[in-house]
Amino acid sequence: MELRARLPAGPLAEKWERHRAEIKLVNPANKLKRHVIVVGSGLAGAAAAASLAELGYAVSCCCFQDSPRRAHSIAAQGGINAAKNYQNDGDSTFRLFYDTIKGGDFRSREANVYRLAEISARIIDQCTAQGVPFAREYGGQLANRSFGGVQVSRTFYARGQTGQQLLLGAYQSLARQIGMGTVKMYPRTEMLDLVVVDGRARGIVVRSLVDGAVTTHIGDAVVLATGGYSNVYYLSTNAKGCNVTAIWRAHKRGAAFANPCFTQIHPTCIPATGEHQAKLTLMSESLRNDGRIWVPKRKGDTRPPLEIPEDERDYYLERLYPSYGNLAPRDIASRRAKQVCDEGRGVGPGSHGVYLDLRDAIARLGHRVIADRYGNLFEMYERITAESPFERPMRIYPAPHYTMGGLWVDYNLMTTVDGLYAIGEANFSDHGANRLGASALMQGLADGYFILPYTIGDYLAQAKLPPLDASHPDVRRTEAEVSDRVERLLAVGGRRSVDAFHRELGRLMWDKCGMSRSAAGLREAIQRIRVLRDEFSSDVYVAGKGADLNQALEHAGRVADFFEFAELMCHDALHREESCGCHFREEHQTPEGEAKRDDERFGYVAAWEFRGVGEPAVLHKEPLEFETVHLAQRSYK
Amino acid sequence: MAVTGGILFVFVVAHLLGNLKVFQGPEHFNAYAEGLRTVGAPFFGRGWVLWMVRSVLLASLFAHIWAAVGVTRASWRARPVAYRRLDLVETTYAARTMRWGGVIIFVYVVYHLLDLTFGRVNPSFVPGDVYHNLVASFQRWPVSVAYIVAMVVVGLHCYHGLWSALQTLGLHRPPTVAWRRGVAGGIAAAITAGYVAIPLAVLGGVVR
Amino acid sequence: MRLTLHVWRQAGPRAAGRFVRYDVPDASPDMSFLELLDVLNQRLITRREEPIAFDHDCREGICGACGMVINGRPHGPRRATTTCQLHLRSFRDGAELWIEPWRARAFPVLKDLVVDRSAFDRVIQAGGFISVRTGSAPEANSVAVPKQDADLAMDAAACIGCGACVAACPNASAMLFVAAKVSHLGLLPQGQPERARRVVTMVAQMDAEGFGACTNHGECMAACPKDISIDFIARLNRDYLKAVASGKPQAARANGGDG
Repeated sequence: MELRARLPAGPLAEKWERHRAEIKLVNPANKLKRHVIVVGSGLAGAAAAASLAELGYAVSCCCFQDSPRRAHSIAAQGGINAAKNYQNDGDSTFRLFYDTIKGGDFRSREANVYRLAEISARIIDQCTAQGVPFAREYGGQLANRSFGGVQVSRTFYARGQTGQQLLLGAYQSLARQIGMGTVKMYPRTEMLDLVVVDGRARGIVVRSLVDGAVTTHIGDAVVLATGGYSNVYYLSTNAKGCNVTAIWRAHKRGAAFANPCFTQIHPTCIPATGEHQAKLTLMSESLRNDGRIWVPKRKGDTRPPLEIPEDERDYYLERLYPSYGNLAPRDIASRRAKQVCDEGRGVGPGSHGVYLDLRDAIARLGHRVIADRYGNLFEMYERITAESPFERPMRIYPAPHYTMGGLWVDYNLMTTVDGLYAIGEANFSDHGANRLGASALMQGLADGYFILPYTIGDYLAQAKLPPLDASHPDVRRTEAEVSDRVERLLAVGGRRSVDAFHRELGRLMWDKCGMSRSAAGLREAIQRIRVLRDEFSSDVYVAGKGADLNQALEHAGRVADFFEFAELMCHDALHREESCGCHFREEHQTPEGEAKRDDERFGYVAAWEFRGVGEPAVLHKEPLEFETVHLAQRSYK
Repeated sequence: MAVTGGILFVFVVAHLLGNLKVFQGPEHFNAYAEGLRTVGAPFFGRGWVLWMVRSVLLASLFAHIWAAVGVTRASWRARPVAYRRLDLVETTYAARTMRWGGVIIFVYVVYHLLDLTFGRVNPSFVPGDVYHNLVASFQRWPVSVAYIVAMVVVGLHCYHGLWSALQTLGLHRPPTVAWRRGVAGGIAAAITAGYVAIPLAVLGGVVR
Repeated sequence: MRLTLHVWRQAGPRAAGRFVRYDVPDASPDMSFLELLDVLNQRLITRREEPIAFDHDCREGICGACGMVINGRPHGPRRATTTCQLHLRSFRDGAELWIEPWRARAFPVLKDLVVDRSAFDRVIQAGGFISVRTGSAPEANSVAVPKQDADLAMDAAACIGCGACVAACPNASAMLFVAAKVSHLGLLPQGQPERARRVVTMVAQMDAEGFGACTNHGECMAACPKDISIDFIARLNRDYLKAVASGKPQAARANGGDG
């Protein structure tokens, strides 16, 4: 396997324009004959499917949800960044690029990130034209807020439902194409394998989640927009259905998996209440703009928050990071929260929580302003916890939220399998070792609207793609393997539920490969994952039958893939002997507990090649070269 | 529904205003009834306008019923399997009784016409002496009670119908939200009160 | 807390369904309603029974996947709350709960509490969009949108497409859903060119899907987890009448739209 990033030559600011000019174009008459399969209908998938159909390609799109409008992009609350400089506060393409590279702790490609920053402004234009009701100022202009550890106001938002509104915009564009017959939509359909013929991605094998039928879709290129894998931790802010299956199966068919250990833990989630907890709910990070984070100074202080006097509170972020304070980047805020809880100063049930206190902001700005800004978030918090943030500080705790790792892609967003593309959270490309707030929506839409629709043409214009039908032996074999796997899961007939296994795997990953990691812990995790995986394949019980709507079976297939994937994730974390971004290795920290990066040895992308379940994956390194930015130790002091 | 309902509503109001002349005594009331037949004279012949109005009303009535049947059937078709119980929280008694209320009103209108327009079921029908016919009919208390019940149903029907028609015709503007139900309720209550006053007055001996 | 559940079980779209009783003696008031079903399902699995199928995904009240009728109320008794965000503290200890799927001809039951809501997607496909090709958009601030209009559009756009409005309506009408989308796009300057055509094609599709007629009960608004007002229905009606009166949509259809 060879990693060819295909980064265009020339000055940073000209790379994308030059590349676009050099890309091969598909003859308009031939576009209709080219069939592109898009898997997933979130921001990246819906935007790509709609844009490709507008260009004239024949497009199929499938999603496991009952409607493309329900993809998990919908849950993003805070906003979307764009270098519009509407606030005249000195923002620019370069500044957004630099913030993103630095925020990612210098583990992403300069060329990709610059392109992202360049495109960001057009995304806002596009979404506004689609009718996304972004927040406005009284003069009718678009409003901005400052968000997630940057010092300019470049975040566009639609109340606390930015992801929802952007997704509905993309969904509506997609719906328009479906209505015109240019996109064939397959909801409640899950991709279970990739069809590779002569080294090229030529289709997918899917299972209908309504009647269990296993079928193959054949095409000329496959685009995976299937999101991230935070659910490997069981408890995360991801939707229950989010999974690694599509990208994992693609990995098993030859797509390199890059930086799987880069997973982001979001600092402001509502703490779990008990064993029944099925998922965690995120509270928008924007709360940190006005909220102050604290814990009691004394260990085991169980007094109600209002009874703890000011001088017995430790506003630890403000104390440790005087210039950024409560707005310190996500990885730092999360790790420090874990640290104070580990010290025994956590609050709430199980002491897994810290206070996020808006008291001072309420006093300064008034009840009405705060209600206007955070009303819907407060309501949500109160619904879940039965406590009003107006009356007592919120309790928050970090939770897995986003995965920067994903399938390795080149500048064209193509994986190491020809004709297989990965966009949005499913790829590894732009966020390095840590993603800044309000950047996920930006990246998903940049990939979907403005990058993939051009770059895929380069492949389709040049690749020799002979006609293929379902009777081809490779197609049949892949389909048979999928049916086989389904049958095997149903046939185990063990004693434990899928959910019980998933919970156990999740707890293990959270403890050993979560916010902080150590060599010993990771080695132990790998051993235990193997044992658990064997237990799963001999002792799981999946109720019901294959040819039916069977949610337990869907879950079983996904958990089986998480078991295989988890091992790779731990391997990656173990091999990366440095702390960078969200990847914190206990062995590699400064005396003050800050991450210690090692650019000499680890200034590369780790792309793993699959060699069999339980076999060690082969590491390929893509060195990261920084021509424009100066590698600096991140400091938010 | 809204347009035909609106025409019928105008009739209900006009009919009430006319009927209230009963309180001015037999001369005025009978003159009003006669006046209805001579409206438009000398351009129109006797009763022409009345029949024109009557035909519009009849057409509206049947269109209203036809639409109601259509809406009802669509709704019944739209939920083939019923809930064990649907717990209604926002709707009103008036909204829920539109269908059966409509049937009750229709049955009553037929009786009402047979009683006071055609005289078939009136105890001592005198053509032309509307005042006498009305008093004669309402002196029998079951007739009055039936009339009062029917008028309460008309009131409920008007209450939901009125604000519903505004909604269906899209005439609600956001600022009207706060008071639209109140205004509809007030108008409906006034209509019912006006109609009910007549049989009560007859029974109480005020009108005889 | 102890709860008695009567859950609608239906093996498939054409199978007959019935209520099955389950006792949960040890529920926690901090559980969400779906976590209660998770816990119950775990027990069913250990008893080798088939778990209850129900739609759910984000579990934070935004994806619109979940939804069931609990004691006659879509999404249960709490105002402006989806089933996934409904916590058991909203019920009293010992309560008896009847749990049914959304019931409407346009939302056929697939299994247990799972219904097919693709009718909503088809209504959007019929016109619930602004036709703008990727890349053709003008600079975002070139058109100013009054804040009040943007805010009102956002109120309508908050719809999560869960279908509770249809489930709650005594007529199984989808007016609130359609009205929310028509209003969201119709309130914005970007939505004006297609405004007349949009409302007509969406209403036609809504009727074709077999939803019932709106008789202004207002139940949809009471059940809506996003508190969307029936004022938007009046707005839809106004737009619809205007569009039909103007004759624009017919002209658009005669030209076959813009393809």
